[in-house]
Amino acid sequence: MGEQAFYIAILSSAVIAGTPILYAALGELVTERAGVTNLGVEGMMLIGAVSGFMAAIVTGNSWIGFAAAMLAGGAMGLIHAVLTVSLRANQVVSGLALTLFGTGLSGYLGKSYIGIPVAEPFRGVSLPLLGDIPLLGPVLFRHDVLIYLSWAIVLALWFFLSRTRAGLNLQAIGENPGAADSLGIPVFSLRYFYVIVGGMLCGAGGAYLSLASAPSWLENMTAGRGWIAVALVIFALWKPGRALVGSYLFGGIDALGFHLQAAGVHVSHFFLQMLPYLFTIAVLTIVMARRGGRLAAPGSLGIPYDREQR
Amino acid sequence: MKNRKFLILMTVVMALALVLTGCGGKKEEPKKEAPKAAEKLKVAFVYVGPVGDAGWTYAHDQGRKYLESKMPDVQTVFVESVPEGADSERVITQLVEQGAKVVFTTSFGYMDPTINVAKKYPGVTFMHCSGFKTAPNVGTYFGRMYQARYLSGIAAGKQTKSNTIGYVAAFPIPEVVRGINAFTLGVRSVNPQAKVKVIWTNTWYDPAKEKQAAMSLLDAGADVIAQHQDTPGPMQAAQEKGKFGIGYNTDMSKMAPKAVLTSPVWNWGPYYVKVVEGVKNKTWKNEQYWGSMKENVIDLAPFGPMVTDDTKKLIADSKKKIVDGTWDVFWGPVKDQTGAVKIAAGQKMSDADMLGFNWFVEGVDGTIPK
Repeated sequence: MGEQAFYIAILSSAVIAGTPILYAALGELVTERAGVTNLGVEGMMLIGAVSGFMAAIVTGNSWIGFAAAMLAGGAMGLIHAVLTVSLRANQVVSGLALTLFGTGLSGYLGKSYIGIPVAEPFRGVSLPLLGDIPLLGPVLFRHDVLIYLSWAIVLALWFFLSRTRAGLNLQAIGENPGAADSLGIPVFSLRYFYVIVGGMLCGAGGAYLSLASAPSWLENMTAGRGWIAVALVIFALWKPGRALVGSYLFGGIDALGFHLQAAGVHVSHFFLQMLPYLFTIAVLTIVMARRGGRLAAPGSLGIPYDREQR
Repeated sequence: MKNRKFLILMTVVMALALVLTGCGGKKEEPKKEAPKAAEKLKVAFVYVGPVGDAGWTYAHDQGRKYLESKMPDVQTVFVESVPEGADSERVITQLVEQGAKVVFTTSFGYMDPTINVAKKYPGVTFMHCSGFKTAPNVGTYFGRMYQARYLSGIAAGKQTKSNTIGYVAAFPIPEVVRGINAFTLGVRSVNPQAKVKVIWTNTWYDPAKEKQAAMSLLDAGADVIAQHQDTPGPMQAAQEKGKFGIGYNTDMSKMAPKAVLTSPVWNWGPYYVKVVEGVKNKTWKNEQYWGSMKENVIDLAPFGPMVTDDTKKLIADSKKKIVDGTWDVFWGPVKDQTGAVKIAAGQKMSDADMLGFNWFVEGVDGTIPK
């Protein structure tokens, strides 16, 4: 394999490996921007993966599967919202409970769907013209539709957060819900909405695994990617564009390790596995040092909003 | 006000927890059976993964079902996803307390817990899979998977055009190294030019990652992918690239029908019947069983349509020699990666050496991380 082909192969599989993490991280990002921590990402991804797969098998249509995964993820988000927004439960506890719940329920639901192939999984399509650009084409433009969709979501989310009033409101309820409330922004219903949207994106991340990157259902197939997504949001400092770069970086680490092994170069597996967390700690340290201890996290992250205690 | 909120919350959390334990299938889930259970011999299985892993645990569970279908006077129970270590000791104890007379513990990490529980219940028979410690009421069992891997290597060696075969391997432990070596010897028995390129994933169970590892082997020129992993991820990669693959654990052809040549598979059912019958007839002994192809504990799944009759005949010939006992995979001469003879002609590798395999045979392209 030529040198160029070697790098193209690594970068292109970094994009594929990064995409489920990217979807989940975008979901986590939206939820956290609204001031709600979500440690249920792993469970939501699993529920998304199994529901998407089941719907795709039953209907024979992977798009319906993808939609079902988002709905199921949204339902998980709804549970989280009821617990944390209405009942003001501890967000960490509720999230962890959802991860356990999602792991168990997905295993139960998927029992009879193991070892069945999907009729029409999402496959790579080369975009006309773009796919023929040297280097960039094979790395970026010969993927499945869900990858292009994730870019659209990143772009839309960036625009929404930084250029629209509704995006400003989202930031407000995460930064200072009391002030937002006094301005007449409906804090409770908006938090509900964004926690559900976040759940939908986590579900989509799970469906990417079961319908595109490894089209099948196996119990626990997310294998910890939900937790990487949680770290990624911190790494990305709650910004969609950085989440995109970060997810490909995190996803690329495995691709790099495997390709190096195939080329006969041996790097310690433990070192590579450490890198995502090392990067996250490094970013945190740099940001903390630069901004004098103020992290870019939403101001009220993790704190339930209680009108009576304003 | 606060208190009421807290109560509601606790109720919801409890409800969630109940649903979880109820539906999760993660916890003890005794199989329902006919009420006449009183006279039935109760046999328990402890699994490390979910029965739905389509791999290792699935294969054991198929064996359990076979046992139940062959012996109507036996009632089976199982507990899945039991973590290795102290937790498993509690689960095993509980199964015995519930009346299990025979307990199969099906993962290496259950070794010490099995021995510990066995000491307390001398009247119960324990069988531990893949370990090396025995006691008066504890035996061990495992299968010579390397024999089936050798045969699958013949299929791979005949199929490859690029003479590069990829092997997606889980962890650098003797069991996996032995499998890679046997496979490579099989490949080179029919195609001495071919090389087997190894990639370690350091996971047993991550379909997307295993697929990615296979992709990087395919990118590096491999046109057949073998695997020592518990998911069909590598087979999917082979199929997507229009190349071929050798599955593992169970017949993986359903997941990648155009790619899978065959899969070395576990076939525990007949052995489980034999053990339980032994316990019933009081002929059971605490042996260290390492079942071979002859006893059918391991086998090859049916061949894909792309495997030629010529190849099938070569495999059948080798299989016959193994079953007859006239030849085995690690009989000399066998050379290591540097070309030095490690097992001289006429010599046979001992079981102890095989169980501690820590070097690669000639033809393997890869290293064993320390």
